Amino acid sequence: MTDPTSLLPPPEPVQLLDADGSLSGSVGDLGLTPGDLVGMYRDMVRTRTLDTMAMALQRQGQLGVWASCRGQEAAQVGIAWAMGLRDWAFPSYREHGITTVRGVPFGDLLLQYKGVWMGHYDPSEYQVAPHSIPIATHLLHAVGYAHAARLSGDDLVTLAFIGDGGTSEGDFHEALNFAAVWNAPVVFVVQNNQFAISVPTEHQLAAPSIAHKGIGYGVKGYRVDGNDVLASFRVGADAIERARSGGGPALIEAHTYRMKPHTTADDDTRYRPPEEVAEWEAKDPIARLEQLLLDEGILFEPDLERIARDADDESKAIRTEVVAEGPVPMSQVFEHVYVDPPVDLLRQAAAFTAGDER
Amino acid sequence: MAELSYREAVARGIAQEMDRDERVFLIGEDVAGAGGVFKTTVGLLDRFGPRRVVDTPISEQAILGAAMGAAMTGLRPIAEIMFSDFFAVAWDIVVNEIAKARYMTNGQVEVPLVIRSANGGGARFGAQHSQSVENWAMAVPGLKVVAPSTPADVVGLLAASVRDPDPVLFFEHKSLYASKAEVPDGEILDELGTAKIVRPGADLTIVALALMVPRALEAAEILAGEGIDAEVIDVRSLIPLDTATILGSVEKTSRLFTVEENPRVLGWGAEIVSIAVDEAFWHLDAPIVRITTPHVPLPSSGGLEDETIPSVERIVAEVKKGLV
Ligand SMILES: Cc1ncc(C[n+]2csc(CCOP(=O)(O)OP(=O)(O)O)c2C)c(N)n1
Repeated sequence: MTDPTSLLPPPEPVQLLDADGSLSGSVGDLGLTPGDLVGMYRDMVRTRTLDTMAMALQRQGQLGVWASCRGQEAAQVGIAWAMGLRDWAFPSYREHGITTVRGVPFGDLLLQYKGVWMGHYDPSEYQVAPHSIPIATHLLHAVGYAHAARLSGDDLVTLAFIGDGGTSEGDFHEALNFAAVWNAPVVFVVQNNQFAISVPTEHQLAAPSIAHKGIGYGVKGYRVDGNDVLASFRVGADAIERARSGGGPALIEAHTYRMKPHTTADDDTRYRPPEEVAEWEAKDPIARLEQLLLDEGILFEPDLERIARDADDESKAIRTEVVAEGPVPMSQVFEHVYVDPPVDLLRQAAAFTAGDER
Repeated sequence: MAELSYREAVARGIAQEMDRDERVFLIGEDVAGAGGVFKTTVGLLDRFGPRRVVDTPISEQAILGAAMGAAMTGLRPIAEIMFSDFFAVAWDIVVNEIAKARYMTNGQVEVPLVIRSANGGGARFGAQHSQSVENWAMAVPGLKVVAPSTPADVVGLLAASVRDPDPVLFFEHKSLYASKAEVPDGEILDELGTAKIVRPGADLTIVALALMVPRALEAAEILAGEGIDAEVIDVRSLIPLDTATILGSVEKTSRLFTVEENPRVLGWGAEIVSIAVDEAFWHLDAPIVRITTPHVPLPSSGGLEDETIPSVERIVAEVKKGLV
């Protein structure tokens, strides 16, 4: 039997890069090239730029709703960078950093929120499952996918992403148990952004930390500063490698903060003071990597401007595409309900499109 | 009389019952601090405090399971499931436990509780946040099923649900939350199992529920302009079902239409059609017509969603076609 204490998370979240951008240790020890660091920085900037554009698009009436990931870019980008190309992500609705790193066209996500039918990307092209809005359900899909892949001789790892609130659903506990019993190569990533809509984490759970929930199931717990992209990469890579090599499932808790309301439909002033949000502004994940890159002479001001400009251009082009996308015909409603539609449904469809429902 | 929105009526109904009976409490996700994601419980935390207005961790199964346990102690829980789609997450507790506790204990265990939930489409929330699931609930023996269409009915039927000795699933309609109407002052107590003739008419009967009621009324006005006099019935409660009012109307008009938001197959109207065929067959002058959402998940696209759920225009067209 494994020594149970080896499953316990560290008492404090792992941090490599502090809020001021100073690194513990040297850049050379990270196992990352300067090019990697620039790539992570660029992906975080892209994620924030696209997310900001989506918020604006929603306000202009183009999208039904939007859940912003602002503030959570480092946890997402860092862990996505740790994933192998063939590893699968099972995201919830706030993982725009994950999808951006994996190459999922951002416009496809927007089209889904615009309700334009053919908006869905092909999951197998990016190894990104459809994002799940019913909370925590997809953790079980990630377990099934990982176990099935392992049985068919594949060494891929699946990563399942949820929020702190999602850990209260039965599905979370059932997923951890199944994963551990099957020794399935799954890494559960909980972004503890301090809130589940209006409910703060301290009213959500009474465990010493979310990562401590792993040990009871035989799942190894990790804690990381989710605003530190380098630590998120490091911890993510460790957990993924452990799972890939048969070491078993892991539970990562990334400590971060949701900088925006839950969604564009939410008013966060009802339940949290603006001073608290301002406090976290000072721990911004992008600013601290930017500082490191400047301090190390890896990037200079003009480089930063170019990266920002490129992200803006990308975002504007996507915006134009999405706005131009028109309405879809009524016949679409009847497609993909079944592979082989029952006769009665075909009759309903025919009547519907002929303006005769009987 | 004061004008109240449907969402304000929810809070008023809950407050009325919590004032009346200190065994009544509210439990759900984001119902306290945030006042409900649909702002249906605003002010209740300030008024009644955190012992009686309880925010929970995210677990529908735990909310309803704990509500059942609390009801067994004699309390009168009002539990909220944020979106009715998520009844599916806790359906075991509802169907196998809450609905059957009384039956399986020979009447010795009672679970008088109300489960409120935001039901229905029209808000562009997509296939997993827009369903009309009243027909799921209706299919389970042991549950009562209520779905009001006006602010005054929200208050009165909610009060009746809280005071009912059986478990009640209380479906609020998302697309009605912003609608407003006069609500009488003082305590309002309505009666479950009573349908309302909301527009008398001689030529045909339209039976509707929740969001479909204002649409049926609007359609009836348009039809009136063309010389067709429709009677509109707001069913209000599916279990118990007021068959007397419906059959009485069919006897008078001899023509029956249902307008249902739930998907067509085994929607609640199918039950009404079956009762009408059994008991009013010889009064009918024409085939009965069900105007429903087709047997599809709801699209999130605004235009498609509007066409998928029965619209005023579709009701008018179907009625005219059904009359010839
Ligand atoms: C099964 C289920 N119950 C309730 C909801 C409504 N809901 C949507 S998001 C949310 C809060 C989720 O909080 P958390 O898991 O912390 O993730 P975050 O939104 O903070 O990223 C809730 C309750 C849902 N989508 N699914």
